[in-house]
Amino acid sequence: MSGEEFVPLSLTPMLIGIFAAVACALPGNFLLLRRQALIGDAISHVVLPGIVFAFLMTGVIATWPMMLGAAGAAIVAVVMIEAIRRLGRIEPGAAMGVVFTTMFAGGVLLLEQSDTSAVHLDVEHALYGNLESLIWLDATGWSSLLDPEALRYLPTELPRMALTLLGVCLFTALFWRALKISTFDEGFARTMGIRTNLLGLGLVITAAVAAVAAFDAVGSIIVIAMFICPPAAARMMTNRLEAQIAWSVLFAVLSAVLGYVLAGFGPLWLGGGDAVSAAGMIATVSGVILAITARFGPCRGRSGVPATV
Amino acid sequence: MLLDALLLQLGYNATLVAVGAALLGTSAGITGTFLFLRKRALVSDAVSHATLPGVCIAFLLMAFAGGDGRNLAGLLAGSAVSAGIGLWCMNWLTRNTRLAEDAAIGAVLSVFFGFGIVLLTVIQTLGVGRQAGLEGFLLGSTAGMLYSDAVVIAAGGAMTLALVLLTRRPMTLVAFDPEYAAARGLPVDRIDMLMMGLVMAVTVVGLKIVGLILIVALLIIPAVTARFWTERSEYVVLLAGLFGGVAAYLGAALSASAPNLPTGPLIVLVSFTLFLLSLVLAPNRGVLAAVLRHLRLQRRVHLRQGLLALAQGQAIYESLTLRLLQRAGLVRADGVPTASGKARAAKALRDERRWEVVRRDMAHEAAAALYDGLRDIETVLTQDQIQEIDRQIGGPREVLS
Repeated sequence: MSGEEFVPLSLTPMLIGIFAAVACALPGNFLLLRRQALIGDAISHVVLPGIVFAFLMTGVIATWPMMLGAAGAAIVAVVMIEAIRRLGRIEPGAAMGVVFTTMFAGGVLLLEQSDTSAVHLDVEHALYGNLESLIWLDATGWSSLLDPEALRYLPTELPRMALTLLGVCLFTALFWRALKISTFDEGFARTMGIRTNLLGLGLVITAAVAAVAAFDAVGSIIVIAMFICPPAAARMMTNRLEAQIAWSVLFAVLSAVLGYVLAGFGPLWLGGGDAVSAAGMIATVSGVILAITARFGPCRGRSGVPATV
Repeated sequence: MLLDALLLQLGYNATLVAVGAALLGTSAGITGTFLFLRKRALVSDAVSHATLPGVCIAFLLMAFAGGDGRNLAGLLAGSAVSAGIGLWCMNWLTRNTRLAEDAAIGAVLSVFFGFGIVLLTVIQTLGVGRQAGLEGFLLGSTAGMLYSDAVVIAAGGAMTLALVLLTRRPMTLVAFDPEYAAARGLPVDRIDMLMMGLVMAVTVVGLKIVGLILIVALLIIPAVTARFWTERSEYVVLLAGLFGGVAAYLGAALSASAPNLPTGPLIVLVSFTLFLLSLVLAPNRGVLAAVLRHLRLQRRVHLRQGLLALAQGQAIYESLTLRLLQRAGLVRADGVPTASGKARAAKALRDERRWEVVRRDMAHEAAAALYDGLRDIETVLTQDQIQEIDRQIGGPREVLS
């Protein structure tokens, strides 16, 4: 495919997909190892009431109020889960189930009650986003990447997602040692003076920020899939955290690219007409990767590294 | 209007929905209890999301076979098959790989749901037949529910209930203590599968009314709510069924009473309201009960410490203690003990001495373990034992004043 077609139509959605996937997969590694993998699931459900609430407060579909609303909802959810878990002495899974379903139900009800027919805000959009529509119409080819006039009209999701990814990377890099120690041995981390509670909260908040930013661009289904599938697949490949993170980033990028390409061109190759949902396809590809590694990965068993490696 | 809805006076469709929802809520509550007690509540989330590809494939198959793609029984059969596959994948992942159950749940949930969405867009672009309504399975849609749909839901609900009634004993045993159940020779794996099968059945039946995203709430919230009220598993099951049924009925009635009130979310919100009420009000496990317990303990500690201070002739500065002592008529407003105050203080100090003896004496080891600074010694030792201790301490002396 030539640059004239690729750059305006496919480059930006693909990049956004890659950034979103990696931004979710990075914290996902730690969440997976800490047995908090479903936090991503919970966060992506409660984002809906957050944005609906933000919309009702401001009356416009603007990015920042919605991101703030979503982030606020995520924090409210985390606090509520913790409160219900402690006050009611309920196991965390059930507390999570109570909170995120209720908040999601509240979001749907708010949406139905308010007059949002004039604006583009619905549950389906929240679930599977619209990656395909994030095109860069002002680009004419590869040369546009150096053209400031065309660059001004880049979809705003791209820089935002890049910024989020940068933030997530920074968090991971800055707290690398503390994160690593507290993930594997929380008691030891505490004796070393690492404030594990704060660090855990920071990790969840980082995950929430990544989820909210990614959700805005690509919908919540990718968010859940990318929090879990690439890290889980990477876990089958290695026993070292550094290598696991590298694998998970690779798998995330692979899912995003392959998923996008398959969604866009797969139906054409099969003789069909239009493209299918890119978000859904990316999630599907990540699942296929997980299935392959779960079947053939060198470290898939519980016992650790096999003798041959 | 709401009253009409509650009394099933809002017409045929509303009545069908309300009755169907109540049946569904009851069976979901009862099934969910076992899941909750087994600490696997979120498995239902994976099961419910895994139904989506099945619904789509069933629709495509039926549409290509020339029939109406929206036949509810066919769609539900498809969803059951794909939920079953999802469940199998999840079990395989937890059993054969190093992934923990939560990661397996998340992986199955997101991948199946993503694949379902791909299929949904395929259906949209293929333009086969009237695909409108498939999105209804995401959030449920009760408008235009047919009598045959209600019959399918009612029959499914009744069958689940019957199965639970038949298998409640082994399921309870497995939920509480799988190792013991295995030692008793019960097929734990198969009972787990049955439990999951029931969850799957409820999910599939509930797709039409509350949709696949919110059905989880019907399985989890009533069970958690019921757990607040009792410590006995059979009552938890019954109460969960009751709460589930009531919430579903109320929610369906509410949603019929005004426009723009979707049924599924309302049922969930009514459930959550019941949950909140239970969280606050339940005896023993409720928040209010805990606060009252704490306040009672606080009063006892302050009173006791105040009496000991009086007995030793120390001044009391702490305002709560002074207030409590005054209210009990043990001190006057200026902090000077009354006659009964002096007597109670002397008794408290003497009890403290008695406890000291008890705790030193190995013969009283069991009784000494009960010492917490508040317990009356008479509730632990017999009169004879106390007299024996008093002989060691010596008789009462004059209280310092």
